[in-house]
Amino acid sequence: MAYDTNYTGQKFKVVGTRPLRPDGVDKVTGRARYGADAFAPGQLVGRVLRSPHAHAKIVKIDTSKAERLAGVKAVITSADLPDLTNGDQAMYDMLVNCMAREKALYDGHAVAAVAAIDAATAKKALKLINVEYKVLPHVTDVDEAMKPSAPVLHANMFTEGVEPKPAKASNIAKRTEFGHGDVEAGFKEADVIVERSFRTEQTHQGYIEPHACLANVGPDGQGEMWVCTQGHFVYRNHCAQLLGMDAAKLRVTASEIGGGFGGKTHIWAEPLALALSRKANRPVKLVMTRDEVFKASGPTSSTSIDVKIGATKDGRITAATATLRYQGGPFLGIWAELGAMTSYACYDLKNVKTVGYEVVVNRPKVAAYRAPSAPMAAFAVESVVDEVAAKIGMDAVEFRIKNAAKEGTKSSYGPTYGPIGIGPTLEAAQNHPHMRAPLGKNQGRGMACGFWFNFGGQTCTSLNVNPDGSVTVAVGTIDVGGSRASMALIAAEELGVAYENVRCVVADTSSLGHNDMSDGSRVTFSSGMNTVIAARNAKKVLCQRAAKMWKIPEDAVTWEDGHAKPAGANAGDFPPLSLKEIAAAAANTGGPIAGHNEFVADGAGVSFATHICDVELDPETGATRVIRYTVIQDAGKAIHPSYVEGQYQGGAAQGIGWALNEEYVYGKDGRLQNAGFLDYRIPVCSDLPMIDTVILEIPNPNHPYGVRGVGETSIVPPLAAIANAVSNAAGVRMTHIPMSPPRILKALDDKKARKAAKAKAA
Amino acid sequence: MTKVPVQFTLNGREQNEFVDSGSTLLAALRDKLGLYGTKAGCHQGTCGACTVIIDGSPQLSCLTLAERCAGKSVTTLEGLTGNGALHPLQQAFMEGFAAQCGFCTPGMILAAKSLLDRNPSPSRDDVIDAISGNICRCTGYDPIINAILTAAEQLRGARKSA
Repeated sequence: MAYDTNYTGQKFKVVGTRPLRPDGVDKVTGRARYGADAFAPGQLVGRVLRSPHAHAKIVKIDTSKAERLAGVKAVITSADLPDLTNGDQAMYDMLVNCMAREKALYDGHAVAAVAAIDAATAKKALKLINVEYKVLPHVTDVDEAMKPSAPVLHANMFTEGVEPKPAKASNIAKRTEFGHGDVEAGFKEADVIVERSFRTEQTHQGYIEPHACLANVGPDGQGEMWVCTQGHFVYRNHCAQLLGMDAAKLRVTASEIGGGFGGKTHIWAEPLALALSRKANRPVKLVMTRDEVFKASGPTSSTSIDVKIGATKDGRITAATATLRYQGGPFLGIWAELGAMTSYACYDLKNVKTVGYEVVVNRPKVAAYRAPSAPMAAFAVESVVDEVAAKIGMDAVEFRIKNAAKEGTKSSYGPTYGPIGIGPTLEAAQNHPHMRAPLGKNQGRGMACGFWFNFGGQTCTSLNVNPDGSVTVAVGTIDVGGSRASMALIAAEELGVAYENVRCVVADTSSLGHNDMSDGSRVTFSSGMNTVIAARNAKKVLCQRAAKMWKIPEDAVTWEDGHAKPAGANAGDFPPLSLKEIAAAAANTGGPIAGHNEFVADGAGVSFATHICDVELDPETGATRVIRYTVIQDAGKAIHPSYVEGQYQGGAAQGIGWALNEEYVYGKDGRLQNAGFLDYRIPVCSDLPMIDTVILEIPNPNHPYGVRGVGETSIVPPLAAIANAVSNAAGVRMTHIPMSPPRILKALDDKKARKAAKAKAA
Repeated sequence: MTKVPVQFTLNGREQNEFVDSGSTLLAALRDKLGLYGTKAGCHQGTCGACTVIIDGSPQLSCLTLAERCAGKSVTTLEGLTGNGALHPLQQAFMEGFAAQCGFCTPGMILAAKSLLDRNPSPSRDDVIDAISGNICRCTGYDPIINAILTAAEQLRGARKSA
């Protein structure tokens, strides 16, 4: 049943309150079951053999010794995963990534897998597999990979998006372009032009729970899988397709998820576990090691970005361009494209052009990481925006307010904006006490803006009114940040029942229609809207049942405050019937009462944030501490404000780690040198300040409650805000993320050398 | 594989097990005893998710050999709810939204318990110090610090009134 999904400005009773989450007790008592917390009788241990080379031809794999080892129940190679992708390049890339075929494309690429009775036997079996490699030249750096002299990863890769099609294969998979106006003419109008190049290193989402699954395929070809994922329907579809199974015959249940942040949106070892189980005819539990998570799941792109912005003396940007080069690992990605789309989304520009290059390198396949690609683009653009403002002598916030996008602005990536929050977040920043707090020695302040699209997508939801009057909401979107509580709040609001009477569960893939993943900050928007509609459908049924009980026409009943009531005096005089009373009578009035809805959620509301950051620099060591941090972000509507604040703080915390410490370090041999938390340093408690949050609510006109989505935008501004703060503290522009102590020391030394050279020349 | 007998106290009760020689306490707790409350995040002693309390001090169960626990007292998260009621730390974590994905929570609560057992009146800095070996990727830590300080206050209050 279709309902109007427009924002109506209704007054809320429970939405916007902060009740405890339904999974709260489970999470503090150890009862919550994650990917590795499942057990099946007779289960085997799955382990994966991985390439030690960055790029190598696989000449031969001999698994016979491993197969003969007592306790080994199955060994698989790419021969056990025939190509069933039927010319679908994206699916084929997925297949190749799960298990190398002719070539190993990165350090950590899977080449074989075993299932054995215990971990020790599995480990021993891996050592007995003999792989003959022919090592090939490799490339891991994004700029190096684009050079004509670079070793080419795929002989059949000809840059898409350029006319005419290149005659020579290269590592540049695709070129995309966005923008409007005439940037050359715009730069001619500028009084000031700043042009700079930036680099960011590769980072990992760093979820603490490694990828894990328990796969069980029977001899009849029917299978089940328990897995930690951000999208069990998508995992089901992809695994089924790669293994030649009907989707209906693979039932996937999502575990609790110990962090994903985009990294659990792609299948990695799950098809291997299923293939092992199918071959061994036993359940197989496969849990990645931390080393494997770093080497063989999906970190974010490393990038190289050029930005040029021109402005008039009175503070109007006349033209802006960016060239963005993002590596996606060994396969075509969408990462530079997302960077090119988001670069200038915060601004109202007459002339703008962004060009993205998707580049392949010998590193793991890149996956989404919270607002994927936007933080790096924002770092480059917001750094130059700061510099332009400084050059024309205008306050950085004032300059941004002057150029901020607003309702009616044609965005740099195409669409025209409806009501948006960039202006309000900037004004809130300008008026925030943080902006006026005094700074001490070696301290600097920076601010920056960020944008994320937010997604909608395919969603299917069921709401069941139980005989006792309690309500179950079954969603197909994984709860990554408290969404079960939000869905329960929404159902309670619509039905007029207590929050405690509603329980929201994540249903398995055999219990609901397809749902897209929990990505794109889409869950509270999409599943939330679907819960509203499902509840309204249920209310319609509840009214029908009341009408039956009262023996009056259906349209003579309305729903108000959790009760069916006669609609006006003509309908007759009956005392209101509660949901509980109607539910109790359901067996005699037509059976179970439920509301469903399935749709593609359209009209996700774009989201903006402004962050303010203070840092203190130690000029002796180059170490930086973030001493104060403020997040201001438009939520549209905060259904459960505590979880919104949690998303704001979490994104900022990850951004702080990315800005100052985290990076993949590759050796000359193309191997990852820091595949562990010891050398890849994620912020610990003593590294972070208290992160203050301000929630703004500028309703999304396309959602009944005004929801936009909040999960990702919070990681977009931090790299830029911290870079601006460090640059202000150091007196030198920082252009390479992370701003680790050696890079800061080098920047300070270079500044000193430049000063000395200048003095000498004078 | 050689099996070794180990006698230790687990969550207040005597436990007798044969464990694989060289296996970790983490493996024994999870794979042998089915106590999945203790989490494995890295197996490298770097994330703190597997923290348990051994003879009063917080230890990484992924780096502790099971056979070295002979005669010792081990507390896991399951041991905190022995009588069915939540421990004040669990209550405070839940009410303070200190668990987001919840995967670091078991280790975090046990690191905090060990602190509060030793120091019932910790400062904010004491708390930060005590949990800086436990990585949380979701929260930015502030709700966790506040939850531990809240629980400390409650425990002090309970002791006073007792």
